Amino acid sequence: MIEELMTTEQGDLVINVGPQHPSTHGVLHLVITLNGETIKKVEPHLGYIHRSIEKMCESLSFRQFIYVTSRMDYLSSHINNHGCALCVEKGLQIEVPPRGQVIRVLMDELTRIASHVLWWGALAMDVGAITPFFYAFREREAINDIMEETCGARLTMNYMVPGGVMFDLHPNFQKKVHEFIQLFKSKVDEYDELLTNNVIFKARTRGIGMLSYEDAISYGCSGPTARASGVHCDIRKLYPYEVYSGLQFEEIIESGCDSYARYVVRMKEMRQSLSIVEQLIDNIPEGDFQAKTKAVLKLPKGEFYSRVETARGEFGVYIVSEGGMTPYRIKFRSPGFSNLSALDHMARGQKIGDLVAIMGSLDLVIPDIDR
Amino acid sequence: MSNEELKSVLSGFNPGLTFEESGEWLVANVEPGEFLSLAKQIRNNESLSFDYLFCLTCIDWKTHLTMVYHLTSTSFRHHLVIKSKLDSSRPEIETVSNIWKTADFHEREVAELFGVNFLNHPDLRKLILPDEWSGFPLRKNYEDPVNMIKL
Repeated sequence: MIEELMTTEQGDLVINVGPQHPSTHGVLHLVITLNGETIKKVEPHLGYIHRSIEKMCESLSFRQFIYVTSRMDYLSSHINNHGCALCVEKGLQIEVPPRGQVIRVLMDELTRIASHVLWWGALAMDVGAITPFFYAFREREAINDIMEETCGARLTMNYMVPGGVMFDLHPNFQKKVHEFIQLFKSKVDEYDELLTNNVIFKARTRGIGMLSYEDAISYGCSGPTARASGVHCDIRKLYPYEVYSGLQFEEIIESGCDSYARYVVRMKEMRQSLSIVEQLIDNIPEGDFQAKTKAVLKLPKGEFYSRVETARGEFGVYIVSEGGMTPYRIKFRSPGFSNLSALDHMARGQKIGDLVAIMGSLDLVIPDIDR
Repeated sequence: MSNEELKSVLSGFNPGLTFEESGEWLVANVEPGEFLSLAKQIRNNESLSFDYLFCLTCIDWKTHLTMVYHLTSTSFRHHLVIKSKLDSSRPEIETVSNIWKTADFHEREVAELFGVNFLNHPDLRKLILPDEWSGFPLRKNYEDPVNMIKL
């Protein structure tokens, strides 16, 4: 916390949280105006990890820029890469072979589980429970090991390329994923026992950080944050990409509108993602994992927009091409940026101690917000 | 609502609109001065109800800037892209942060990175860049030999 205390003319206390603070999960800086313990205003100050990725992408080719996007939402790097690859494929009208599509969806859903598991541990730690954090990392490790074998990386995967995926699956992939499914099924029940019905946890999150249906839409919230307010917004259901239209899964929608509802949505989504992985793991079609593409990709003149559902919400890629080897302009619509803009609205009138529960339930990843 | 129906409803609001249909979604070009009234109408009209602004950005075309608003309706699921050409030397457009609250942050981002002045915006301070930063990094003519890495 920055050692700078100020008071306003009305006698309210102004404090800084971050940019170095454990509960912001990264370099987020909040300036909070307090009346006693009650929050009057929260002003986020961003940019501590702003790298101007959009500007950087303007000088990278349509193959290269995808690798930079792993560095935005580092917990959903597969899904970021996926969104970018989809946008390039849309421009070049490349059809991804069935094997490539299924591998992509498998990786996306494993990523979603890994991301939600980490969020679960971090949220629990924010509200004062230490054990879940270690449990969460234990299961996330299993997914990271699976990823490492196939993609060669544990965090910035760079596995999705225009036309499919970069390499074929590792021979151990199916066996390891089967082991993970068996492991995780019992673990996710354990998570529920530990936290979901915990009286203290409920007291910390129920009725905290209310976000109404109308506000969720108006603030441009997406993902579990919006679905906890009853908004039907899962891109996998609304605008299905790859093989999602043929899969059996539910879009989790809750009506609680509070931090607890956002918690419940993510907990249920883990089970849904696991069910998607189960449906696909024994049905990976044979064939090519990558479509044949030209060595140098040139998108035709025009504008292309693709959207995917990351663990945090709707990730949009907007490419403006002038027909050259590099994009003329790229805009990344990151879910975290819009979700964060609702923080002030959600936190007003709440106690300062509840702010961490609200931020935790938003699942903020700062590089995704700053880009 | 199909693109044809959207076009006829929108032309009823503002006969001066021009449309493009080459992309995925219908694009409506509007003059910056007429943008705010169009935005209010498409948000509040019951048959359009464009309530979800999912992307707001700007493109620098060297000769001019173009604001791009991607909208969808959560009840009807139709899409619309609104574009507005701004003068590079004095880019100004009305804010829509009172219509779609998400525009507040997105407009602040565009303001500091492109130098667009959003009229009547409640708080146009810098959001991402340091307060003392000068220049607009996402403009095509921006040069910064110290901080910019040419890849």
